[in-house]
Amino acid sequence: MRILPVGRHALLVEVSSPRDAVDLAGWARGQGLAREVVPGAETVLFDGLAGPVTGAEALDRALAAWRRTEPEPGRSVEIPVIYEGPDLANVAAVWGCAPDEVAARHAATEFVSAFCGFAPGFAYLSGLAVSVPRLATPRTRVPAGAVALAGPWCGVYPRESPGGWQVIGRTDAPLWDANRAEPALLAPGTRVRFVAR
Amino acid sequence: MSLTVLAVGASALVQDRGRFGWAHLGVPRAGALDGPAARLANRLVGNDEDAACLEVLLGGLTMSTDRSGWCAVTGARASVRVDGRPQEFAAAVWWPAGAVLEVATPGTGLRSYLAVAGGVAVAPVLGSRSTDTLAGVGPPPVRAGDVLPVGVTPGPPAASDVPRTPTPGPLRVRPGPRADRVAGDALALLCTTSYTVSPDSDRIGLRLLGVPLPLTRADELPSEGMVLGAVQVPPDGRPVVFLADHPTTGGYPVVAVVDEDDLWQCAQLRPGEPVRFTRAATG
Repeated sequence: MRILPVGRHALLVEVSSPRDAVDLAGWARGQGLAREVVPGAETVLFDGLAGPVTGAEALDRALAAWRRTEPEPGRSVEIPVIYEGPDLANVAAVWGCAPDEVAARHAATEFVSAFCGFAPGFAYLSGLAVSVPRLATPRTRVPAGAVALAGPWCGVYPRESPGGWQVIGRTDAPLWDANRAEPALLAPGTRVRFVAR
Repeated sequence: MSLTVLAVGASALVQDRGRFGWAHLGVPRAGALDGPAARLANRLVGNDEDAACLEVLLGGLTMSTDRSGWCAVTGARASVRVDGRPQEFAAAVWWPAGAVLEVATPGTGLRSYLAVAGGVAVAPVLGSRSTDTLAGVGPPPVRAGDVLPVGVTPGPPAASDVPRTPTPGPLRVRPGPRADRVAGDALALLCTTSYTVSPDSDRIGLRLLGVPLPLTRADELPSEGMVLGAVQVPPDGRPVVFLADHPTTGGYPVVAVVDEDDLWQCAQLRPGEPVRFTRAATG
């Protein structure tokens, strides 16, 4: 693991995969090493380093106690989807299959929430076998609940926003509610399956 | 007790110290952009330093109160009037029930802070009353006609508070994780370039105009966590200093990080004003 400087109070740890990032971040959050522990695609940010751990060497020593866990039978969520989206044909062309087969392949994939960003509760779900390019021209308006793909990721828009991801379906699953104990339905580490409705 | 908003200028937002511990769910921290000014306003009226106050962009705020109490305006120096009578700036001011308080447009700077004894007591969301302008977490921006609840007055105002005034100067920077994405010494280039503030600047970031930094690669990085004060360089080579409402993850390289103690200046710089960076002395 390479540890990179991020100013006075933070360090960025590079890991080898999204799975390692989410696993390390989940473990580290319980260790009280920093005020914010933020997984990325292939990194974990430790922001607001606390207690004795302030430098890269101290963090490296603290992280030596981390053991990659077996894929945990952690929280698992099913998301009902209506597979009707403007970009089904695009994705079918990239995957080399019929448009209705996109739904079957997507629903057969076991996704894991790797990290959040872009909007509260917007999770980058890893697990796609074949990457999908972004739209050449992003849409100014993607509706809340849109199920979409970009690069190696699948995501569900928690609220209406602009976006350049390829939309393949929609859901009414409650993705974000700040009043819940766990506000994000798809917090990092959550296992996710989509079910055609 | 409550405040009634009679008029709002460019913007008025409820802000406290911000929201912590939710970055991994994509929730920005938000909070007062000029922290020292907000904390001073709170101390002046006897509040906890982290109580919620109003962040007023370029003045234009007029309010009335239904109960007499103390208030204070700090930050960008603006004239303050109660029922038309001029009041002291950065001092505890008595605001009688029914009187109208006005915060005018500051001559310099951008953001003034209005604290009232007891603090603005809108319902907290995820542990903070701050409005986050990027993601929409927290209360909506304050509008004319709003009635804002006020909390219980904690104690008498401070008899005097003469904080050491923070001195403006170059923004002190330390290395960021992707300094190697700049051709040459990223910090040296940053510290020898003259920038001006772009009019696109907001609570998300201070956007800078100047000679673009030469990037070694134009492609995005896999998304990674972002910190307050991060100096992010998008493909056009013009740096953006991330402020309180910054996105929690991003794919443009962070080549340096501005010292947190200097970020209050970013809250007050007007479009067109010069910005310089300097290497932080230690660590």
